[in-house]
Amino acid sequence: MNFPVIVTVTLREGIADPEGATIERALPALGFTGVTHVRAGKSFRMSIDAPDEASALEKATALAERLLSNPVIENASARLGATTPGGVE
Amino acid sequence: MTRIGVVVFPGSNCEYDAVAAVTALGAEAEFIWHSETAISGFDGVILPGGFAHGDYLRPGALARFSPVMAAVESFARDGGPVLGICNGFQVLTEAGLLPGALQKNRGLTFICEPTTLIVESTKSVLTRGATKGQELVIPINHFSGAYTCDDETYRSLEANDQIALRYKENPNGSRGDIAGVSNVAGNVVGLMPHPERAMSTLLGSADGRVLLQGFLYAPALSR
Repeated sequence: MNFPVIVTVTLREGIADPEGATIERALPALGFTGVTHVRAGKSFRMSIDAPDEASALEKATALAERLLSNPVIENASARLGATTPGGVE
Repeated sequence: MTRIGVVVFPGSNCEYDAVAAVTALGAEAEFIWHSETAISGFDGVILPGGFAHGDYLRPGALARFSPVMAAVESFARDGGPVLGICNGFQVLTEAGLLPGALQKNRGLTFICEPTTLIVESTKSVLTRGATKGQELVIPINHFSGAYTCDDETYRSLEANDQIALRYKENPNGSRGDIAGVSNVAGNVVGLMPHPERAMSTLLGSADGRVLLQGFLYAPALSR
């Protein structure tokens, strides 16, 4: 079976995030006040062939730790998504 | 004659500069294509600057899985001198051959300018020909050059004398002004600045020579 999976990669706590900081500083100028703790990250969508949900997520977590993220500075987490005509959402 | 292998990934772009620098110092250099699975007959290996595999995902993230990296790893494990310059440094950290990681520059700008470096340790194969405290003018040319590591790693870098070079004035937000680090043994070393572009006073600086000279001609190389 194919399972839709979304992997999110974010910088680990305590690792400087110049992108997130820049976005946060830009927001008030655009009228968006009260927005704090902005952290930039990456999101990957994929379809994984596996016997069940648990093994699909296990596979996603393994590939996220091995390739999609650098464990020295980043955390990765995998969750189930939904299959749509355009792919995975 | 000292023979140096220069690894070429799809997207490397400083491999000819590296070869020119090595041959200017009287050694021999040869390209090693990234799909090679074995490297032999080399006294040292250089991973040059550029954008290996387009820097897709993260700089060095895909390059570390190029077939040649297993050979580089075993060369390094046997004590062979390995030097990563700029993108090559990023590849070595992604491969786990050097501690820490290189992040986007503070300020999110691509920086291309001469920097003044201070030799912090002469233990590494790159800095063994220099003297501690020596100042060297060497250019940087990168977007992701901010050296990052956790507290524990930083403490062990200092305790093991692994910080080879620091910036005199931090250009990119690197932790501890770090410009280059080595492994514990000192035979694997990486730096963001480009010593191969500082080979002639006519072109701005010849301070890269003392570094590359040390890399090419130290006793450990006559294995």
